[in-house]
Amino acid sequence: MRFIDEFRRSDLAQKLIARIKQKALSPARFMEFCGGHTVAIFKFGIRQLLPPTIDMLSGPGCPVCVTDNSDLDKAIALAQLPDVIAATFGDMLKVPGSHSSLQKAKAEGADVRIVYSTMDALQIARENPSQSVVFIGIGFETTAPTIAASVLQAGQEKLDNYYVLSLHKLTPPVIKALLDSGEVKLDGIVCPGHVSTIIGSSPWEFVARDYGIACAVSGFEPIDILLSIEMLVSQVEDKAPKVDIAYRRSVRPDGNRRALELMDTVFEPCPARWRGMGLLPDSGLRFRKEFERFDAELAFDIDPGPTYEPKGCICGHILRGVKTPMDCELFAKLCTPEHPVGPCMVSSEGSCSAYYLYGAAYEP
Amino acid sequence: MCLAIPALIKSINGKEAEAEIGGIGRRVSLWLTPEAKVGDYVLIHTGYAINVLDQEEALETLRLLEELSEVY
Repeated sequence: MRFIDEFRRSDLAQKLIARIKQKALSPARFMEFCGGHTVAIFKFGIRQLLPPTIDMLSGPGCPVCVTDNSDLDKAIALAQLPDVIAATFGDMLKVPGSHSSLQKAKAEGADVRIVYSTMDALQIARENPSQSVVFIGIGFETTAPTIAASVLQAGQEKLDNYYVLSLHKLTPPVIKALLDSGEVKLDGIVCPGHVSTIIGSSPWEFVARDYGIACAVSGFEPIDILLSIEMLVSQVEDKAPKVDIAYRRSVRPDGNRRALELMDTVFEPCPARWRGMGLLPDSGLRFRKEFERFDAELAFDIDPGPTYEPKGCICGHILRGVKTPMDCELFAKLCTPEHPVGPCMVSSEGSCSAYYLYGAAYEP
Repeated sequence: MCLAIPALIKSINGKEAEAEIGGIGRRVSLWLTPEAKVGDYVLIHTGYAINVLDQEEALETLRLLEELSEVY
């Protein structure tokens, strides 16, 4: 068991596709919340294997994409401060804010370093005691516990020069906001597999219970995704929405308690601004009082200036599922992975990037 | 962003482990999975093991799929 090849078996995929085709009699629209799922669905050609009754829609599950320009501007302003080293995941580098990007700031002399892990950011802090290291903390519940762990570790080691800009986002509140808006009619949601590894499958129960929408938590291999779609189709045909887990090797109803504890020790929920969706209550994370000294926003005096949105960019609509990249006038013309206008083209798991790389040719 | 990949734990030293991903060794943190043991497969996300993968559940999923009839 290597946990990868086994879940790419074509004999199992064919069985699942046959069952989906037989079962999916009524038209159904499913949203894959997670950008990682969007990429896997395109990469493995899953859309083309599904019957015409099933419509798959990409959701807002890309932390880079949903980060508001005002927050990007803060990250860039922090990076531009003297004696600050900004440590960031690579995905963030090229994302354009209102006036600049971390990459441009770096080209202009800011000390911006790409790290794979907060462990690397801690190491930079140890090696540069006379400078301040600010980790640009973006991510959903999958990532937030790893950043909480780095804060606790920095506390233990008395690393006084380590800070975090907390731009974390929580996923159930955005799904709720999406459903409450009534803009998109959904029959089922492919729920995020690695977020649910941390938070468990139970936080999705309100979707089935209160909105009557089918849910299946999926992994990221083709068998996982096909199984989750088969589960959604069964729930829709049986008119029995619930939360199924298609990723049992990793997801349990109550998640990873230890990770949740660490996250809860360091952070507390707060309102957060989402691109395309505005300010959503209890959908972000801020430092608890005891850990405020790590808060980069409190520690540094920054003025990012007024926020501008790129003209013509419809990332906000795409993230809400009301438009697709094909509806965007800039797509593949003015906006490409080399010269991105909006974040959905920058991030490797953004919808626009996935459409650009894999999907455009298959659209009608 | 939420990318996580399975890795095999080869050795453990306190809260850190040496893990193998497709033949390549990598240092990973066990802060979120103190229960991980040598020989376990864990999911690695940004250098942290975020979960110990459940081999029995994996085999059970595959068994159910193998038994699944193509005709419903």
